[in-house]
Amino acid sequence: MKITVTVNAVDHTRDVEPRLLLIHFLRDELGLTGSHWGCDTSNCGACVVWLDETPVKSCTVLAVMADGHRVTTVEGLASGSQDSASQHGASQDGASQHGASQHGASPYGADVLDPVQEAFAECHGLQCGFCTPGMMMTARWLLDNNPAPTEAEVREAISGQVCRCTGYENIVKSILRASSRTIPGGS
Amino acid sequence: MAYGSHPRKEDARFIRGQGTYIDDITLPGMLHGAVLRSPLAHARIESVDTLAASAHPKVAAVFTGADLRQRGMAWMPTLFGDTQAVLATDKVVFQGQEVAFVVATDRYAARDALELIDVEYEPLPPVMDARKALDAGTSVVRDGVSWGDDPPEPPRNLRTNRIFDWSAGDAAATDAAFAAADVVVSCDMSYPRSHPAPLETCGALASFDPTTGRLTVWATSQAPHAHRVIYAGLTGIPEHKIRVVSPDLGGGFGAKVPVYPGYVCAIAASMATGRPVKWVEDRSESLMSTTFARDYHMHGEIAATSSGRILALRARVLADHGAFNAAAQPSKYPAGFFSIFTGSYDIAAAYCEVTGVHTNKAPGGVAYSCSFRITEAVYLVERLTDMLARRLSMDPASLRMQNLLRPSQFPHVSPTGWEYDSGDYPRALSMALSLAGYADLRREQAERRTRGEYMGIGISFFTEAVGAGPRAHMDIMGLGMADGADLRIHPSGKAVLSISVQTQGQGHETTFAQIVASELGLSVDDVEVVHGDTDRTPFGLGTYGSRSTPVSGAAAAVAARRVRERARLVAAALLEVSSDDLEWADGKWQVRGDPDSGVGIASLARAAHSSLELPPGVDGHLDASAVYNPPNLTFPFGAYICVSDVDVLTGEVRVRRLIAVDDCGVRINPMIVEGQIHRGLADGIGIALMQAITFDSSGNCLSGSFMDYLLPTALECPSPELGATVTPSPHHPIGAKGIGESATVGSPAAVVNSVVDALAPFGVTHADMPLTPANVWLAIQGRPAGDT
Amino acid sequence: MQVPAQVEYERARSVEQALDLLARYGPAARILAGGHSLIPMMKLRLVHPEVLIDINPITSLRYVELAGGTLRIGALARHADLLAARETGRHFTILHDAERVIADPVVRNWGTVGGSLCQADPSEDLSAAFAALKGSMIIQGRGETREVSAREFHTGPYETVVGPGEMLTEIRLPVQPGSGSAYLKVSRRAGDWPVGAAGAAVLLDNGRFADAGIGLTALGATHFVAAEAEEFLLGKSTDDDILARAGEIAAEHAHPVSDQRGPVDYKRHLARELTIRVLRAAIARARQTRAHERTQGAPP
Repeated sequence: MKITVTVNAVDHTRDVEPRLLLIHFLRDELGLTGSHWGCDTSNCGACVVWLDETPVKSCTVLAVMADGHRVTTVEGLASGSQDSASQHGASQDGASQHGASQHGASPYGADVLDPVQEAFAECHGLQCGFCTPGMMMTARWLLDNNPAPTEAEVREAISGQVCRCTGYENIVKSILRASSRTIPGGS
Repeated sequence: MAYGSHPRKEDARFIRGQGTYIDDITLPGMLHGAVLRSPLAHARIESVDTLAASAHPKVAAVFTGADLRQRGMAWMPTLFGDTQAVLATDKVVFQGQEVAFVVATDRYAARDALELIDVEYEPLPPVMDARKALDAGTSVVRDGVSWGDDPPEPPRNLRTNRIFDWSAGDAAATDAAFAAADVVVSCDMSYPRSHPAPLETCGALASFDPTTGRLTVWATSQAPHAHRVIYAGLTGIPEHKIRVVSPDLGGGFGAKVPVYPGYVCAIAASMATGRPVKWVEDRSESLMSTTFARDYHMHGEIAATSSGRILALRARVLADHGAFNAAAQPSKYPAGFFSIFTGSYDIAAAYCEVTGVHTNKAPGGVAYSCSFRITEAVYLVERLTDMLARRLSMDPASLRMQNLLRPSQFPHVSPTGWEYDSGDYPRALSMALSLAGYADLRREQAERRTRGEYMGIGISFFTEAVGAGPRAHMDIMGLGMADGADLRIHPSGKAVLSISVQTQGQGHETTFAQIVASELGLSVDDVEVVHGDTDRTPFGLGTYGSRSTPVSGAAAAVAARRVRERARLVAAALLEVSSDDLEWADGKWQVRGDPDSGVGIASLARAAHSSLELPPGVDGHLDASAVYNPPNLTFPFGAYICVSDVDVLTGEVRVRRLIAVDDCGVRINPMIVEGQIHRGLADGIGIALMQAITFDSSGNCLSGSFMDYLLPTALECPSPELGATVTPSPHHPIGAKGIGESATVGSPAAVVNSVVDALAPFGVTHADMPLTPANVWLAIQGRPAGDT
Repeated sequence: MQVPAQVEYERARSVEQALDLLARYGPAARILAGGHSLIPMMKLRLVHPEVLIDINPITSLRYVELAGGTLRIGALARHADLLAARETGRHFTILHDAERVIADPVVRNWGTVGGSLCQADPSEDLSAAFAALKGSMIIQGRGETREVSAREFHTGPYETVVGPGEMLTEIRLPVQPGSGSAYLKVSRRAGDWPVGAAGAAVLLDNGRFADAGIGLTALGATHFVAAEAEEFLLGKSTDDDILARAGEIAAEHAHPVSDQRGPVDYKRHLARELTIRVLRAAIARARQTRAHERTQGAPP
């Protein structure tokens, strides 16, 4: 069936099977591979994106349920970044990302990063990077709704998301660091 | 100095969601594969009917074991010299084993088509309990009969489930020490089967070009060069026409060392269809069929004097290897490095025997940050030490302090033959006790007990042996475990380092740049690190067993020093002095005592590429290579303390504090080192309290999803309290030791010791993992874990 | 990644439309709310609905309202809505206790109260909480709406009284001034299904039980209720030995099954221990409420 989903402020219309999962719609139909899938059973949170105003586990939502709604993914976190379908699709050269230096005006690139993104890099809040997009989407939502969370509130907020690399310590630190910044993009 | 907590170069792409993981890669015309798996643990295959699946409009091809046999690809070598079925030809030997492979134009259709394949099985009795695997009358997992001539005759007698008997140490001396001891404490303990469960599952994308005869395989691989060797052998395509690319990996922890049947299926399907074929396993497939870890049934004994001097250690181990012996470890070590089980103590005599057996479970065993079975070894000795302390009514910290090796004893040759390179153990334990406020904790514990509250304090002291390894002793598939590094210096002095090891999140792109930058006086940003692509990197065995820094880090440093020496010749020509008159200071070559004369690598690289007349020994640039054959392993160590609170009525355990003092020698990037430790401490909580792969007696895996295979969340993991000591490795070029697995190896024992300590008033001396609420309650009742 | 089998999809914008669709497709149709139980089951190919009727567009079913001494929860209220509703926390502490330990915050954003109840998992938390609160469910069919006690809603594991052609639309909970309630869960890890859990709602009169509701989940209690223990408590004091006896009775009548979360005797032990603990917590809260009423002069 034909659906229109507004992803990172861009309308996308596609004809999809009703059974298509939202995560596959984003990754396979739109080429937005920043959101990952990790567990199939809504336990790990690698697939967290926003559906309208709230984070959801997109491996357990059908794309047709997002018809007429807004979806925000990690690709929509930074401002001034290109809609990244072109960047994330075919890569004949799987190794080209290694060493692809992205240094620009800011220490981490030319676009204006969300404070959450900057804090994750500064506090070593990621290692393999696989859970990171989902973690950051939840973090952004938490800070929008609770700009000065306690450590316990941060831990609770990410408790449905698994990280296998950091023991959560530096993720918690990153979110607390981001919470102390009130001006998006500031540092 | 380029060492220090430098921000990671790789983060720029990850924080934008621009990492490239295996499932992010799409090629034109790509097909999607799906694996049909056995629902039974042990059964003969009567027939496989693929007609209906082949007729599905979106299906391009269906493969069975018989199809692969025609291509000579129905069986593949494991990294430990066994032979594993790619697709079962006539018998399945574990639930989840690969039986057929479908390729279709989209992943949903491939999955649908699996339901159209009809397989008839004749069930056989499964061998699910390793302790009964050698009993008379037990069915034989690898009965040989079913193997026929395909694959070639396996390397051992197949009329038994016994894989090997292996021992280390001096049995007679150990027996004598036990006979003379005042006290002997013994215990049966099991280290349950667990799974590394990286958040990204395994997968491969194979693309065979019939025109050029070239095969490119993108795969989740911690060891791309080793994988290429296997693919070459399997496909008959020569190595120079195979390129293996390991893209960004969403964690590995040992799960991505082996070659899995799905990878080979993708390759076979691409060769058959002439189109790229991608296969990525789902979570259940991952938990049920890719490499597991541990599964050791151990009987340990410790002998001591009444004053607490440990005299001897003895262990008998039954190792459950599953249906194929696929443990990825040095080939001369069937039980990995388990024989380092005397740990950190000055013990005169030790002896261990390990028997490996087949069961009807998924293959594997060596994975999950275990440093080739040191996890099991540390757990055994640290549990026994605690039990000895209890028996002698001694404080477990004092008992450890009394028996730890002293700094003056290094290098130390252990009773099972390991030569520990360096250490100051008492200092690390003292620091941990001080960070924990140990005396106060003991007082608090006593006070709480009077109120019926049960807290426990658990200590674990570990020594690891990592950085495999000296090629004379250590190889995988006959390939010595030495790794290469190529360092290219551009005319501008910017550097590109190519390495054989592969990051799964450890930050190689940063740490290795720091090594080179430090050696050459460059900025870290001026060094690019290339890895994960066999076409662009020198040969090496890959990243596992904490070997990247000990082996490849050394190779990088050696290559950089070669560049530096070459630059010295150029500097001599440039400054018109003898190279003997030059000294390296502040990242430059200078005339001795004359800092103003200093010339940096950038200028020297430009000069080396210029019309300057170069002296002998410099061909015209500064590039250098190295292959590092480590003279010994490195021996990181640490002292961990866990404080936990136990609700003895419900059995719930809350880990309150984790204190960790690690010594991994010189720390190149302390931020990254601490991140590695954080992870391992979370593993300790997970493994000790909840992570276990279990089966019912029929062979059904009961832990096939994250609903049942539980991983710790942010709510179970307290903020770790870290301390560091630095005892450089004397034989490593920069004094570094491995750190990737220390905390996973060391921390489970601390957590278990804390829980058992909490339960001391109930007479509990041991409880097997996982310490779920039910198992803790059972321990208090004096019943074993999992009792019904 | 696991993916569902092919399925048709219909969107309902009103309860009437949903009922019409249910009538049209019959037993081949399943109502899709948050989907956090249904979609994983479809991915595992354990259930094979032919048609999904998505009721998410029926925004009129998403509410948590207090009016006329009754809390009304729309079937499409998300778990997070229940947790965010202040009035719920004031009158039904048990619901906030329970919601805090149901799955995780992101799942609670999308999973619905009605969906959880209709999935009827024997380990579901709200079923025990609603049973303890002696609530009721509104079930709507074409032309007929009926109210069923929360204690009669479940007919067995994964089975409810909601008939073909019917749907759950609302949960009603009576406000009982002066009462106190609590929920306690033992699990292997945050977000896991319970090993065992208990909820209690009590009303005290001069230090004695004027009313008591005890819900148990995952512990094999018929209809999620420890009915015999409730009966025993009526008119009794809140002394420790009384609570201990109530715990014993709850345990005697529980019929848990042995599984990976623990053996039968452990779970029975948990039924006893959790009943005692949750009664204590509920009593403490009832006393707090009374004290609050005295100082404030009126029920909150």
